[in-house]
Amino acid sequence: MAKDMRDIYTDTLLDLAKTNPSICVIEADLMNATGTRAFKEAYPDRFFDVGVAEANMVGIASGLSAEGKIPFAATFGTFASRRVYDQFFLSANYARLNVKLVGTDPGITAVYNGGTHMPFEDIGMMRLIPDLVIIEPCDLVSLEKLVRQAADHYGCVYIRLHRKGSHTLYDADESIELGKAKVLRDGSDVTLIASGFVLVPEALKAAELLEAQGVSTAVIDMHTIKPLDEELVAAYAQKTGAIVTCENHQVFGGLGSAVADSLTGGRPVPMERVGSWNKFGQVGNLEYLQEAYGMTAREISARALKVIERK
Amino acid sequence: MKLSVEELKKKADEIRILVLEMVETAGGGHIGGSLSAMDVMTALYFRIMNIDPKQPDKPDRDWFILSAGHKAAGYVPVLAERGFFDKDLLPTFNQLGSPFGMHPDMHKIPGCEASTGSLGHGLPIAVGVALSLKLDSNPARVFCLMGDGETHEGTIWEAAMGASQYKLDNLIGIVDYNKCSMDGPIDQVVSLEPIEDKWRAFGWRVIRIDGNDMAQVVGALEDASVPQGKPTVLIADTLKGKGCREIEGDYHWHYGVLGSERLDRTVRELKGGSNG
Repeated sequence: MAKDMRDIYTDTLLDLAKTNPSICVIEADLMNATGTRAFKEAYPDRFFDVGVAEANMVGIASGLSAEGKIPFAATFGTFASRRVYDQFFLSANYARLNVKLVGTDPGITAVYNGGTHMPFEDIGMMRLIPDLVIIEPCDLVSLEKLVRQAADHYGCVYIRLHRKGSHTLYDADESIELGKAKVLRDGSDVTLIASGFVLVPEALKAAELLEAQGVSTAVIDMHTIKPLDEELVAAYAQKTGAIVTCENHQVFGGLGSAVADSLTGGRPVPMERVGSWNKFGQVGNLEYLQEAYGMTAREISARALKVIERK
Repeated sequence: MKLSVEELKKKADEIRILVLEMVETAGGGHIGGSLSAMDVMTALYFRIMNIDPKQPDKPDRDWFILSAGHKAAGYVPVLAERGFFDKDLLPTFNQLGSPFGMHPDMHKIPGCEASTGSLGHGLPIAVGVALSLKLDSNPARVFCLMGDGETHEGTIWEAAMGASQYKLDNLIGIVDYNKCSMDGPIDQVVSLEPIEDKWRAFGWRVIRIDGNDMAQVVGALEDASVPQGKPTVLIADTLKGKGCREIEGDYHWHYGVLGSERLDRTVRELKGGSNG
């Protein structure tokens, strides 16, 4: 059976734990959703399930870190952001500890769990925490490499983890570096800057649609949203003169805002943003929700044509 | 360092004077809870805990987590008196650029283990530290001082459930039960009663003491330090503002400054001993 993204997350932690006795996993009664049961079986002493108590989970993770462990704490993205924010902000980040917090089911991938479980605001909230690293891997290869780097990096990291299903966009030996965005295809008329499991493939599809119309399109995988690869953003702003950001999140506060914030201090160029426009989540399958929130290749290419007109 | 009960009584009152003078210079501070919890903090730092001010990070040290971070005005002078840093720094409390403010910062205060202030955070952190110590087979203990009003916070009870699930007998909680929260007597705000039954129901061993009676404080902390397969909580009945007779038991004194005349009278009394 093909592995899900969550399986790669757990496999990577299992591998790290072999040589690093500080790696711990902490869950809030979602072990079976996150897929970390295998870690519990392999390392029962280093696995803690705190029950349905997410804020407590992050407080305990902070205590584990204060005494030298490297805890990976996971829950649905809505809880990993809104529910635990004060604990993550103060007990973990303000204390300059080493807590890795995983928010699963980003944005519309919460599907039938609906609006209560659909985080469109987690990146925005996390971006406000000083020095926090935020990553959103788009495929199996980048997930494994970025989780390893998150473990090696001393400091708090928020990992936006797509849970079910998988695909591979990168070759296994591709070099993926925390904080360094990847140019997936080059172009000269417009740059699509995307993040995550749903929108990076959609951006690549959009680039095909645009190329068919003679629009030379660059696509960037912004797997690290904070710290943003500002150098690459500035370079492609200059090179193409137009940017479309693509995110499975509110357009306010997330990737689109991060890119705009970055360009504001340099040489801004016309931008369009693809994402949820000031809306709550809702129930649906992925295809339905992509249409409902405009997170499709068609919408991305339409925005690209529009932004090119604004040059 | 293992002071006797009599020496600890004297030490606690000496530190109370440091607190009041420091707050006077600062122009304000959380006096009430800092004074009510002073006997517990003094017993921990001058008798109970395995700590070394010269090696604040030694691996086998006992941990103290001040969950009620606003008692920093009491905690900072305890650390100074114990030798973690120079007492001459105390007058900088709340001054621009000072390492000491209303709530403690672990990266600025030598010996401070957690940056607290948002209530309900310390006990979950203490649970994490206690789990980590167990994982390392480290015999060190974790002491966590909570305010009574602080236990209105839900995370205290989430952590309390977790601590008993994990049988954390290296964790000792202390509730500074001065029966005042900011808005009034606590039973008129949201009552904690029946407080002992609540903690027992959450799987903790409960020891009830007069938290301003040094002999009882020392006896209970020594008793609690003997592992019994579950976490222990001391419900320490205390007086808000203990040691300053003119404000004792008055919930309005969560925060304040005595003023020079009252300070002088209080210092004279404390030099004679607050416990008579």
